[in-house]
Amino acid sequence: MARQHVTATINGEETDFLCETQQTLLDTLRDVVGLTGSKEGCASGDCGACSIIMDGRLVCSCLVLGVEAEGSTITTIEGIADGEKLHPIQQKFLEHAALQCGFCTPGLIVATKALLDENPNPTETETRYWLAGNLCRCTGYDKIIRAVMDAAAVMRGETV
Amino acid sequence: MNYIDSNLKVVGTRPIRPDGIDKVTGRAVYSADTRAAGMLWGKILRSPHAHARIISIDTSKAEAVPGVRAVVTAADFPEIASEEAFVGEGPMNFRDLSTNIMARTKVLYEGHALAAVAATTPAAADEALALIDVKYEVLPYVIDVDEAMADGAPVLHDDMFTAGVNPKPSKPSNIAKVVTFKKGDADAGFAQADIIVEGRYTTKPVHQGYIEPHACLATYNPDGQVTIHASSQGHFMIRAYTAKLLGLDMADIRVNPAEIGGGFGGKTLIYLEPVAVALSRKSGKPVKMQMTREDVFRGSGPTSGASMDIKIGAKKDGTIVAAKQVLRFQAGAFAGSPIGPGCMCGFALYDIENVDVLGYDVVSNRPKVAAYRAPGAPITSFAVESALDDLADKLGIDPLELRIKNAAKNGTKTHYGVTHANIGFEQVLAVTKAHPHWTSPVAPGNGRGIAMGFWFNIGGESSATVHVNEDGSVTAATGSPDIGGSRASMGMMVAEVLGITVDRVRTTVADTASIGFTFLTGGSRVTFATGMAVTQAAEKVVEDLKRRAAQTWDIPVEAVEWRDGMAYPAGSNAGAFEPLDLAALALKAGRTGGPINAEVSVNAQGAGAGFGAHICDVKVDKETGHVEIVRYTALQDVGKAIHPSYVEGQIQGGAVQGIGWALSEEYIYNAKGQLDNPGFLDYRCPVASDVPMIEAVLVEVPNPRHPFGARGVGEVPIVPPMAAIRNAIKHATGLQLTDLPMSPPKIRAASDAAA
Repeated sequence: MARQHVTATINGEETDFLCETQQTLLDTLRDVVGLTGSKEGCASGDCGACSIIMDGRLVCSCLVLGVEAEGSTITTIEGIADGEKLHPIQQKFLEHAALQCGFCTPGLIVATKALLDENPNPTETETRYWLAGNLCRCTGYDKIIRAVMDAAAVMRGETV
Repeated sequence: MNYIDSNLKVVGTRPIRPDGIDKVTGRAVYSADTRAAGMLWGKILRSPHAHARIISIDTSKAEAVPGVRAVVTAADFPEIASEEAFVGEGPMNFRDLSTNIMARTKVLYEGHALAAVAATTPAAADEALALIDVKYEVLPYVIDVDEAMADGAPVLHDDMFTAGVNPKPSKPSNIAKVVTFKKGDADAGFAQADIIVEGRYTTKPVHQGYIEPHACLATYNPDGQVTIHASSQGHFMIRAYTAKLLGLDMADIRVNPAEIGGGFGGKTLIYLEPVAVALSRKSGKPVKMQMTREDVFRGSGPTSGASMDIKIGAKKDGTIVAAKQVLRFQAGAFAGSPIGPGCMCGFALYDIENVDVLGYDVVSNRPKVAAYRAPGAPITSFAVESALDDLADKLGIDPLELRIKNAAKNGTKTHYGVTHANIGFEQVLAVTKAHPHWTSPVAPGNGRGIAMGFWFNIGGESSATVHVNEDGSVTAATGSPDIGGSRASMGMMVAEVLGITVDRVRTTVADTASIGFTFLTGGSRVTFATGMAVTQAAEKVVEDLKRRAAQTWDIPVEAVEWRDGMAYPAGSNAGAFEPLDLAALALKAGRTGGPINAEVSVNAQGAGAGFGAHICDVKVDKETGHVEIVRYTALQDVGKAIHPSYVEGQIQGGAVQGIGWALSEEYIYNAKGQLDNPGFLDYRCPVASDVPMIEAVLVEVPNPRHPFGARGVGEVPIVPPMAAIRNAIKHATGLQLTDLPMSPPKIRAASDAAA
């Protein structure tokens, strides 16, 4: 099977790779590009552990083909921090102990980034519904929601 | 030493966990995140039948697929004799474990593994799997526990004769074991009762639902040495089971603990590792295997579903005089449900004179169950705590007062023989009674429920090392996989003992070749048992540092005091020398006895049982059957919270798993005995919009058997939710539900029946 050549901007870097035509973008990111921060929890779009931002939209990378990434701009968990400086969302996840095993955390942080890009001042209910596509089995969501609300306040400049 | 009444500087604070940055940046390496040069992809063929005899397996076409390097079946594994061992969080028979990871003569459930392929690409492996030709003789199957116990049910194992009955049965059956626990005389007790409640309750199997599917990378070298990279709740467990199932020496297997993406008991046994090693041995290449989510649901352990009968009798004043429970637990295809803890944990909370509990461990054509948080306890407590609420109604007594009146105390002897010591149930109940959630009025139309939970908690074997590095910084290693923040709590205990800040201690999880044996992360034992080991190791280091300071100053060691991370001359020598800090002592280590480190292995006893109380307010939409959790409070005796945030997190997470168990999670089988909902879309775990904030209230009753007073906290919070929600629904609607999950169709049906 001939592999396809794909060029995309991933975390700010122009990246090119070869992928099988049937390979999902998640598998391509993990197995070809080497970005293993996005996780496979279900491969059916139900758990959100593979969440990425593609051309400004939050998507499950397991539901996108690698070849569909041609020409796109992608942010994965590896691209959330600014170099060594953590993004406020990451910092607040740590401060609020909003993770236990940490496996859903990359997807949740990416999904939160997409939420706050679109709605800088979400209510708790809006936050819960936005993140309803990201399963977490450890935390019961309480500390995650608090971390997200707190990060939003920091990003609005209301608190530190 | 005991630090319970000390002025603690680190323990009890909330530092950022040492592995945090790796986990918020995507750098943490989980099971499926590694590769090896020349690696192959391993995949498993699973049975489409619930029960069938394997006539033949022809792998020739699969072997001919380009890229395929090895195919294995049960013929590639040694036959293992039946051998019972109590390991992990439950009973285990090694023959069953072997047959579970690779079926030998029969497939016993849909999803049962029966062959595996390793190929250069996942696509080639998939193609090969489809070409394995299996001839089956399809057999009648049985899924439900009561049906499996009935006369004439299809029998899974010809050699299963019910254990625990006398005389031994003459015919095989699906009842693996009968267990009984008796205290006093239940019949005589019921004769004294003024009020008796009775009920029949059922629960469905629910999956642990860890988000990380099982995965591993295994390499078998020609000299017989094996390396395994895998996440689990115990890498020593992986080593032991893999050695056992393949007939290898433990010393030839090194297991590197990957970060674990959730377990909840479900990663206390193995599925893939011996298969990956067998494929690697056959192909001469490293082999990576990764379950799909479907595999996880079909092939790995949920917990038991059950049917139960319960009867509780009380005097008019609320004194419970007798209790009886019959529990029938599904074990899955092989014996070994958590029927023992199931029988123990329901009535362990109460001081009842006459108790009679009978339990059945029953096999049926389902995946073998695995431990799930407080194995067995949530099931039994669903029945007990629901029945107690009904009893309170009948007596006209407040349901919390009924618990307070009958609560177990220190010195109460349980029906399973253990006398409670160092428990904090009364304190939990007192805090619950005063809590603003309990004292607030219930909103009109809503209902409020309350229920209790218990888990005995365990200790056991753990090893830890503490090193003072050449520059005075500190490294601590344990053999306990960090499943929810234990690196933080371990590091905090070391820092406290050494008198330094927590950021000067780096904590790691060492591989099986680099630290002494450590039992798995489960039963809520790590903070207690491994915490004890790491504390003692730090204490040995302090003693050593004091000796070194004494040697440097040429004064007796008794004249050296250790405080705030420094050695001070004390007594008559006070002020005679400048204090020596860790860096100064480390610098001179070569002249004072060499490297500064200590390793401690313990077999920790005295875990200290845990008790919890959950209060839940619900709003029920009778038209749709939807139950909204409006407010939820979980109160628990946690001993001493080492890192309170992660203790709260355990409680919140356990409560929400319980909410899923109560309202939406279940295994649904079709008419062919196949699982119809093997995915997160149809197997409905709670999502963020399903639940409110979960208020976790830490009631700290220190456990005197732990240096800092810790007791396990992870199990108890999943025990009360099902009954708390059931009781809340009852008070909102009048519906006395008895079957889990209390999903919309069940609520609607019950509403219709009541109307």
